[in-house]
Amino acid sequence: MTAQNVRSHSIDMSSVLRDKDATQQQPSETCIKVENLNLFYGEKQALHGINMEMQKKKVTAYIGPSGCGKSTLLRCINRMNDLVDSARIEGKILVDGDNIYDKSVNVAALRRRVGMVFQKPNPFPKSIFENVAYGLRIQGINDKRILEETVEKALRGAALWDEMKDRLNDNALGMSGGQQQRLVIARAIAIEPEVLLLDEPASALDPISTLKVEELINELKEKYTIVIVTHNMQQAARVSDYTAFMYMGELIEIGTTSELFTNPSKKQTEDYITGRYG
Amino acid sequence: MDNSKISHHISGQFNKELEDVRNKVLAMGGLVEQQLELAINALTTNDLELAEQVIAHDGQIDEIEKEINLECTQILALRQPTAFDLRLLLAIIKIIHELERVGDKAVRIAESAIKISGDVNSLPRHEVDHMIDLVKSMLDHALDAFARMSVEEVPSITGRDEKVDREYDNIVRLLITHMMEDPRNITRSLDVLTTVRALERVGDHARYICEHLVYMIKGEDVRHLSQEQLIDKINAPR
Repeated sequence: MTAQNVRSHSIDMSSVLRDKDATQQQPSETCIKVENLNLFYGEKQALHGINMEMQKKKVTAYIGPSGCGKSTLLRCINRMNDLVDSARIEGKILVDGDNIYDKSVNVAALRRRVGMVFQKPNPFPKSIFENVAYGLRIQGINDKRILEETVEKALRGAALWDEMKDRLNDNALGMSGGQQQRLVIARAIAIEPEVLLLDEPASALDPISTLKVEELINELKEKYTIVIVTHNMQQAARVSDYTAFMYMGELIEIGTTSELFTNPSKKQTEDYITGRYG
Repeated sequence: MDNSKISHHISGQFNKELEDVRNKVLAMGGLVEQQLELAINALTTNDLELAEQVIAHDGQIDEIEKEINLECTQILALRQPTAFDLRLLLAIIKIIHELERVGDKAVRIAESAIKISGDVNSLPRHEVDHMIDLVKSMLDHALDAFARMSVEEVPSITGRDEKVDREYDNIVRLLITHMMEDPRNITRSLDVLTTVRALERVGDHARYICEHLVYMIKGEDVRHLSQEQLIDKINAPR
């Protein structure tokens, strides 16, 4: 369109002004609901009465200083804290309405629904192909055609296919850190979970690899509900729809990222995001 | 002066940068107030030398605006400020623009002072003096409120803008009558109109400074609201 064209047409103001009503009324479906969650490591209480909801196909970021409980809370969502002997949990976490701490829950099945990616990429010392196919193989799927299709889809989903399609049999440990992190994201999405938990997924990466992972998160939220823990506030601001600020094991404030970073309602949040000491 | 809103960053350098930019805004405000004061003196005392001085000094204000603008841009790029810090810088960028415009109005008044100098009696002194008192106090108090980072005085300042507008309308009516009585009055009356129009705009800019201040402190955009709506927003709990 020429400049002339743009200027001469009557301007449709709805394309310029944000429709406040529409954004408020947009039905957002709750995917994960945390109810009165307390967590103790032995005597020490690490999470205090957490109540929050995370929306389906949105990115929710947890921010807060070291030791505030954000990683602990994240790990509760796929019961990783079960692996810690001294950890004891009270309260509920509902994923799509089911309490994941119910006695009848099969933890392995839960972790298929709720995938997780850690701070340091942890590919297996196998080929790129086998890394991504791993989740299917342990489910007993060995059909070559299904495996190939799934691996390609997952690698495309993790924005790695074009880089890696000719190197599928190379050892994954030979990839760069940023590629390894996207590989483990591909491994996580190969089994088509509903939720992806990302624990500091970019903190060990260089700025360009970080941007690639952030871009990937933006694409993944079309299909998955994503919860991310990050020390990097600008990263939370860039990638998330909602941000939760935690401090000393408590949830201080959760809100839309745009509101929380421009006009937070709690002074503790303000002090933290502006880099002040209270 | 309450610096607590600006200071207490873990980064001492960041505190210093924000303090510095804030102090420059206050200095710019002082300079603009002085320009306005001198321009009004030139007008009311028929002092042409003073009027020339005001016109000559306007360039300084433009330079300061550009410098503060640059500093704000650099802080935004390098520090990625959030919440109050972000609103502070956005408000400052707008406030210095208002101040620069007030500086232009001072020049406009000084130029009129030169034109009217042969015929000071053409000014409706009583009404103009009232307007001068109002707009000077509005600008003064708006800058005070910025220095104290407080919105408490804002309703009283913006309330005065309504009085300024009424006085402006009065003067316009007077001038129209004057022009209808004798067409030879038209040229002089238009000069007077330019002057009072400039004064009326100074009141508007003082009001806008207050609105930017409310955004900075409360995070609420209060532009284009009635006086009642503005008061409601200011008193609303955070």
